[in-house]
Amino acid sequence: MEPSAIQSATISVLVENEAGVLARVIGLFSGRGYNIDSLTVAPVDDDRGRSRINVVTSGTEMVIAQIKAQLDRLVPVYKVADLTREGPHIARELALIKVISTGEERSESLRIAEAFRARVIDATVGSFVFEMTGGTDKIDAFLALMRPLGLAEVSRSGVAAISRGTNIL
Amino acid sequence: MMQHSTTSRSGAEILLQALKDQGVEVVFGYPGGAVLPIYDAIFNQNAIRHILVRHEQAAVHAAEGYARSTGKVGVVLVTSGPGATNAVTGLVDALMDSIPLVCLTGQVPTHLIGNDAFQEADTTGITRQATKHNYLVKRSEDLARVVHEAFAIAAGGRPGPVVIDLPKDILIAPAPYNPPSEDLHRSYRPRLDPDPAQIRKAVALLKAAKRPVVYSGGGVINAGPEATVALRELVRLMRAPCTSTLMGLGAYPASDPQFLGMLGMHGTVEANLVMHGCDVMLNVGARFDDRVTGRLNAFAPHAKKIHCDIDPSSINKNVAVDVPVVGDAGRILRAMIAAWKEDSQEQDRAAITAWWRQIDQWREGDCLSYDQDMSPDAVIKPQHAIRRLHAACAGRNTFISTEVGQHQMWAAQHFGFEEPNHWMTSGGLGTMGYGLPAAMGVQVAYPDALCIDIAGEASILMNIQEMATLAQYRLPVKVFILNNQYMGMVRQWQELLHGGRYSESYSEALPDFVKLAEAFHGTGLRATKLGELDDVIARMLATDGPVIADICVDEKENCYPMIPSGAAHNEMILGPGGEARAAGLTDAGLMLV
Ligand SMILES: Cc1ncc(C[n+]2csc(CCOP(=O)(O)OP(=O)(O)O)c2C)c(N)n1
Ligand SMILES: [Mg+2]
Repeated sequence: MEPSAIQSATISVLVENEAGVLARVIGLFSGRGYNIDSLTVAPVDDDRGRSRINVVTSGTEMVIAQIKAQLDRLVPVYKVADLTREGPHIARELALIKVISTGEERSESLRIAEAFRARVIDATVGSFVFEMTGGTDKIDAFLALMRPLGLAEVSRSGVAAISRGTNIL
Repeated sequence: MMQHSTTSRSGAEILLQALKDQGVEVVFGYPGGAVLPIYDAIFNQNAIRHILVRHEQAAVHAAEGYARSTGKVGVVLVTSGPGATNAVTGLVDALMDSIPLVCLTGQVPTHLIGNDAFQEADTTGITRQATKHNYLVKRSEDLARVVHEAFAIAAGGRPGPVVIDLPKDILIAPAPYNPPSEDLHRSYRPRLDPDPAQIRKAVALLKAAKRPVVYSGGGVINAGPEATVALRELVRLMRAPCTSTLMGLGAYPASDPQFLGMLGMHGTVEANLVMHGCDVMLNVGARFDDRVTGRLNAFAPHAKKIHCDIDPSSINKNVAVDVPVVGDAGRILRAMIAAWKEDSQEQDRAAITAWWRQIDQWREGDCLSYDQDMSPDAVIKPQHAIRRLHAACAGRNTFISTEVGQHQMWAAQHFGFEEPNHWMTSGGLGTMGYGLPAAMGVQVAYPDALCIDIAGEASILMNIQEMATLAQYRLPVKVFILNNQYMGMVRQWQELLHGGRYSESYSEALPDFVKLAEAFHGTGLRATKLGELDDVIARMLATDGPVIADICVDEKENCYPMIPSGAAHNEMILGPGGEARAAGLTDAGLMLV
């Protein structure tokens, strides 16, 4: 690939769960002009001592290497992995999708939801809330189909990602 | 095991105990409501000296001067709100130049945080991007650990400033004490020892080089005196020319024939042409800053580049390199020396000799020369004033600081630095107002040394209030103003790049610096023509207390050579009349700072 081509990267960061650590990571991205396409964060230890941040970003190869290095030098950061470049990985999002419609549109939305394995977790006569997990592309595709069928509101979790096989962060 | 203190001491007392155990001898500070408990604790002890500055920005620059001249961590103490915000410029300055500091800021009591209380500011929020790391201490039991950790972080790896925000109730309530331990912050483990494979690769390249250059930076100085010793040894082993960034001056002796002077925007012709023409470049502790590289796509086009840095994020940031080496500059240099001696490959001596012939030819141009009319009534050239000052300081332990502008570049070009830690200048941030407080901090560390701030008449006014601090503590700092009545560096850019429209760069209504010195209980001197220069310098150096020497210099002198922003190393403007070569500048270049 061209060194100047813009690529996407899913980066996982293991951090000390201390005050301000998320602000530090976000501030690094805004201060240095890097993109954040998605960001998730939650504690991952028994004692909540460490958190994992997953960032989906984009940039040239040099910029992505720089993002990794800049994250790594933050004091509360234990480890940084570029999952996109360091072997195969899995990335999933959860989305809650509210569709408000009646009649043919309503039944069509339900048929499509079944095809996408989205679950109905709330229903009224005029609305559904679907729950769906999957890759970002799959959720995007589902949302595109729902748009003409009464798509009213979306809440997405952002990407959680992990490498395949025995590799660990 | 939990450590219990035998007597119950307040947070403020615990804080001072921790500072003492960290070896702190002096704190630069300014009081206020939120830090009164600390001032109370200071009042009751003698181990730590407090220097009362006149502005919090100056406290930080003074601590920087102290840190850069001693290699220790500088300590600052300011109050909440305006005290903390006044310190921010200094913190960013220290961050950019990798200076180890711990800055203690007062904060409103924990129960008032977030309520817009009197003199509340979100100090950790404001300083998050201005520091290497920062803390808000919310529990008394964290206090001692945080202080110890802050010192380790400030000094460890690539050094930098650390802020500890201290709510007033934490300072008053009893707190437990734990002594310093070896433990750094749990997640902070900078790499110090280089990868031996990278060292071997680097040395193989260096041995095979026909046109090598060593380009050293502030990282070598930060790595301590042994790193400087190793740099000198390696450069001599390699028979290579050596150039330095603004931050690195003094690591390699200026008077050594292998030294080419500073490189970059106002570097020497020989240094920049060597960078342009080299086939192997060894960068130790420098970061390919835009002031050094010039136009990136024309930077050292034929060179294999080796980059040694303690901060992996400096590598491949601006310039793609062939052999990255992560680690402490001193350890890297020593490993390279060992590998060089082990490696049986012979250097191409003929090629190196030819390289030096070429360099000597470039040197003959004498790019730093200037036209000084030698008659006693002649106008003083600023370069000449620095050369005379340098000559007069011979044999004395001299520390030089500067403000920012032409005088700073002339000082870097004309005052030869033979030793590390003797040159303090604001490199990365370029902070006017840095020099006087920085010199003050050095003088506190070395009371008997000669500490001189080479200043511009505009910059000096940005922290002139520190003359009062000099008087109070009898710190005999010398302020050597190259008074050209202009913000000279601004005027120079306007002349070369903006059609000579000198918009707002004339220093209107300047104070009488002689009277100003006297008003601050110091001595004021003035030289208006060449015949007075040496005498004023001699009197300045012979005076015991603080001095301002107002050296009236040529108003229109420009600082050359100059690589305009966006130009390449081989596109320097060499002197007056060289402006034509700037005509090829692009709009993209004009947009650069
Ligand atoms: C705090 C700050 N404000 C503005 C600038 C921009 N600036 C750089 S040099 C300069 C002029 C400095 O004038 P003077 O101190 O007289 O030095 P000279 O260039 O004349 O030697 C200015 C305004 C700066 N570097 N720092
Ligand atoms: Mg001036």
